[in-house]
Amino acid sequence: MAALTDEERDVLAAIQDGLPLEREPYRVVADRLGMSEDRVLALVQSMLDQRKIKRIGAVPDHYALGITANGMSVWDIPDERVAEIGRRLGEREEITHCYRRPRQPGWSYNLFGMVHARSRDDVVAAVERIARELDIARYPHEVLFSTRLLKKRGTRVRPGAGMPDEDA
Amino acid sequence: MPKSESAVQLDQVDRLLLNNLQGGFPVTHRPFADVAEKLGLEEDDVIARLRRLVETGALSRFGTILNAPQLGGERTLAAMHVPPERFEEVAAFVNSLDAVSHNYERAHHFNMWFVISSEDERDIQRTIDAIERATGLEVINLPTLEEFFVDLKFTF
Repeated sequence: MAALTDEERDVLAAIQDGLPLEREPYRVVADRLGMSEDRVLALVQSMLDQRKIKRIGAVPDHYALGITANGMSVWDIPDERVAEIGRRLGEREEITHCYRRPRQPGWSYNLFGMVHARSRDDVVAAVERIARELDIARYPHEVLFSTRLLKKRGTRVRPGAGMPDEDA
Repeated sequence: MPKSESAVQLDQVDRLLLNNLQGGFPVTHRPFADVAEKLGLEEDDVIARLRRLVETGALSRFGTILNAPQLGGERTLAAMHVPPERFEEVAAFVNSLDAVSHNYERAHHFNMWFVISSEDERDIQRTIDAIERATGLEVINLPTLEEFFVDLKFTF
């Protein structure tokens, strides 16, 4: 299992709530940790290369910016087509997360694509557009709207131990 | 598209920053200067604007997004049908479990959707068992079989 080295964990713990908004942000982090700036740069780049860090940049608060509707589109795609359609679904601008998951008793959908938009109507319109343009409207699908966020614990590592959660 | 009244207002330069900085921030000595040069802005203006975007809440932060599967540990998406009259009670129990990282109410027969994650993969099944035992309700387990690459690029 890929895990974090102690040094990687220290760097992540220092920057996970935000990079210093200063001219030399990595040097500020390095000073705080008693490391050299070059070492911090090398560790961050290496974690990006290993995909331990997905990306670095602006993390928008969708709600604050008016993107208040979120719909989980779910699709029942024949197994032999799900890899190909999943790949094309993930490439769509409207889709923010895309996963293949198993069917279960009472649950027949095997492909999940998250859609964020400014309104529910926009989410529905996006799903209809995708269904048409990918020519998958004939496969059973629906959109599950979230009506309430009940719990969200952010993306964090604990210094010393534990594992992070991924933003959903 | 209509904007909700409570939305933070952005000017054109804010949008330029948001639309170009959701990833790919340079890992260099003067990254804001590199960004500024690419976008035709001033380094200090980029920094000042990002500070303001964080202060107003337009950004939840400026920094890293981690990739949990690459960091060890396991996670899954699970769902339940909870009778409406029991929803609050069941939500309180599910939310109380450390391994539950996210939980959403959704408008569907399966009306509770939550993410279970832990560095110990056995915690996934333990958590599902604990919920089923405590609530008497059935949990469906929908682990990721494949993640399709998404190029995050929200346009504001």
